Amino acid sequence: MRIVLAEDSVLLREGLIWLLGSAGMEVVAAVADADGLLRAVDEHDPDLVVTDVRMPPSHTDEGLRAALVLRRQRPGLAILVLSQYVEERYATRLLSTETSGIGYLLKDRVADVAEFLDALRRVAAGGTALDPEVVAQLLIRRHSDPLDLLTRREYEVLALIAEGRSNTGIAEALTVSEGAVGKHINNIFTKLGLSGADKDHRRVLAVLRFLKV
Amino acid sequence: MTTTGLTTPWDRIHAHWSARTWLRTSHVVTGLPIALLALAVIVGLTALSVLLVWTVVVPLIALPLLFRSVPMFTRLQRARFLAFLDVDIPRAPRRPKERNPLKLLVREARTGSFWRQLAYHLLSPLINGVGFLMVIGAWAGGLVAAEFAVQGWIISESMMIAASALAAVLLLVTGPWVAHGVTALDTIAAGALLGPSRSDLLVQRVETLQESRAEVVDAADAERRRIERDLHDGAQQRLVSLAMSLGMARATLTDVPEPARRAIAQAHEEAKQALKELRDFVRGLHPAVLDDQGLDAALSGIAARAPFPVRLRVDVPERASPTIEAIAFFVVSEALTNVSKHAGASGAEVTVQRAADRLRLVIVDDGRGGARLGGGTGLRGLAQRVGSVDGTLDVDSPQGGPTAIRVELPCE
Repeated sequence: MRIVLAEDSVLLREGLIWLLGSAGMEVVAAVADADGLLRAVDEHDPDLVVTDVRMPPSHTDEGLRAALVLRRQRPGLAILVLSQYVEERYATRLLSTETSGIGYLLKDRVADVAEFLDALRRVAAGGTALDPEVVAQLLIRRHSDPLDLLTRREYEVLALIAEGRSNTGIAEALTVSEGAVGKHINNIFTKLGLSGADKDHRRVLAVLRFLKV
Repeated sequence: MTTTGLTTPWDRIHAHWSARTWLRTSHVVTGLPIALLALAVIVGLTALSVLLVWTVVVPLIALPLLFRSVPMFTRLQRARFLAFLDVDIPRAPRRPKERNPLKLLVREARTGSFWRQLAYHLLSPLINGVGFLMVIGAWAGGLVAAEFAVQGWIISESMMIAASALAAVLLLVTGPWVAHGVTALDTIAAGALLGPSRSDLLVQRVETLQESRAEVVDAADAERRRIERDLHDGAQQRLVSLAMSLGMARATLTDVPEPARRAIAQAHEEAKQALKELRDFVRGLHPAVLDDQGLDAALSGIAARAPFPVRLRVDVPERASPTIEAIAFFVVSEALTNVSKHAGASGAEVTVQRAADRLRLVIVDDGRGGARLGGGTGLRGLAQRVGSVDGTLDVDSPQGGPTAIRVELPCE
C-alpha cells in the first residue's frame, strides 16, 4: 500500500513513517503542510492519504480542507484524517462528500497500534473508520426522533456500526454473540425504515440517516 | 508658590516682586477685557434670542452661536490660566462629534459643563473687574504716592513726605498680595466651573476602567489560546509519539521476559492516560474548533465527553465576539464538570440562544441540587468570569434538585 503522509510535527511524522513501514506499508512521501500534501498526491498517486487537521500556516483546519480538495479531484482516493481533538463538524464535512474510504480518528488512537492499523486498512479498502468520540458527538447533536425508537443496546450497536466496525467487531466490543448483533442490526434497519437488498449498503445508509450527515 | 530657599530677608523681598507677581498682574489685566467680551457676547446673543424670539430665524442663529461661543471663551480662559499662572485647568470630557446643530444644541444644553462654563463667564467680569481695580489701584496708587513723596521732598513738606512715603510703601508691598488674592480667587472659580465636574471625572474614570478591564479580559483569553497552542505543538505531539512507540514495542516485542513486557504494557497505558488527561485539560482551555466553527461545534464536543447524556440545543444565528464565545464555552464546560463531580445527575440539558445582543446560556441537571454560589463548587469562578464582561449568572438549586444555571452575556 502506497501512502502519502501529512503531519507537521517532525517527531510524530517520523514515528508514523516507522510504524507504517514496520506494518509493511510504503510511505512514498511525508510532508509538513497542506500545499505539500496536494503536490505529493499529484506526484505519487498514492492509495491512501493520512493527514493531520491542524497544520501550518494558520494551524486551524488546512489538513481537512486539503482532504476535501483531494476528494473532489480524486473521488476514489482513501483518506484518513488524524486530529488532536475530534470534531464531528470536520468529520461531517468530510463525510458529506462520500463515506467510502474515509477515516476520521483521534491522534491518540495511533497508540493502539493494532487497532490503528486495522482502521487504516479498512479505510484503504474503501471502508469507513470514525472515532467513537465523533460518533458520540454526532449522536448528541442529532439527538432526535430515530433515537427514541431505538433501545439502549441498539443505540450502542449503531454507534459501533458508525465507527466502521464489522459484526464480529461489534460482537467483541459488546461481548455478545454475532447472532445477537445481527438481530439488533435488523431491528435498527426496521426502525429506521431501511429495507434494501444490499446489506452493506444498508449499514451505511443506517448510519447516514441516523446521523443526518 | 515655593517657599524653600527663601532664607534671607533679601530673598523674601526679591520674591515679593518677582516675575511671578508680574505674571499674576498680567493675568488680572488680560482677564478683564476677555471677561467683558465674553459677557457682551453672551448677554448680547441671549438678549437677541429673547427679544427677537418671534422672528424664529434670529434665535435659531443666535442660540447655536451662543453654544459655540461659550466653549470658545472657555478655551481662551484656559489658555490665559496656562500662560500666566501655569495652571492647567483640565478639559471637560470630549463628547462624540455631532453634525446636526440642533442635536448638538440640545445635548450641550443638557450637559452640566455648558452651564457651569456659562456661570464662570458671567462671574468672571465681577472677579476680574474688581480684581483689576484693586491690583491696578495698588500699583498705580503706590506710584502716585511715591510721586507725592518726591514732590514733598522738593517742596520740603515733611508731613507730606512721611504720609506719601508710607502710603507708597504700603501700597507697593500689598500689591503682590492683592494680585495673589485675585488670581487665587479666579483660579478657584475657574477650576470649579471650567474644569470637568465630579460626575464628568467619574464618567471618565468608568470609561478608562471599562477599557482596561476589557483589555485584561482579552489578554487572559489570548494567553489561554497561546497555552493551548504551545501544548498542542509540543507536549501533546511528544506524548502521542511516546504512546505510539510504546504501542509498537508492546505489539512487536513479544519475546522479551514477562516483567519487561508488563513494564512496557504499563508504560503504554500510562502514556495513553496522560494523553487523555492532557487532551481534556487543553480542550477545556480553549478548543481550536471554537475559533474555527463556533460554539455549536465546540459545545457538542464537551457534551459528548460528559459521563452522562447531555441534550444540547444551540441557536446562535450570528456569532458573538471571540472573548464572549470563549467565556460561554468555559461556562458550559465548567458547569458540566461541576455537575459530574457534585450533582450525581443522570442527565443534563444545555441551551444556548442568542437574543439580539445577548447570549443566553441555560444549564439544567437532574442532580441532587443544593449548589450555592458561595460553595466551593467552582460556581464562584464562573460568576467571576461572567462578571468580567458585565454578564450575569443566576443559580437556582433547591435541595433535592434540579439545578439550573442561567447566564447572560453581552455579545460584544
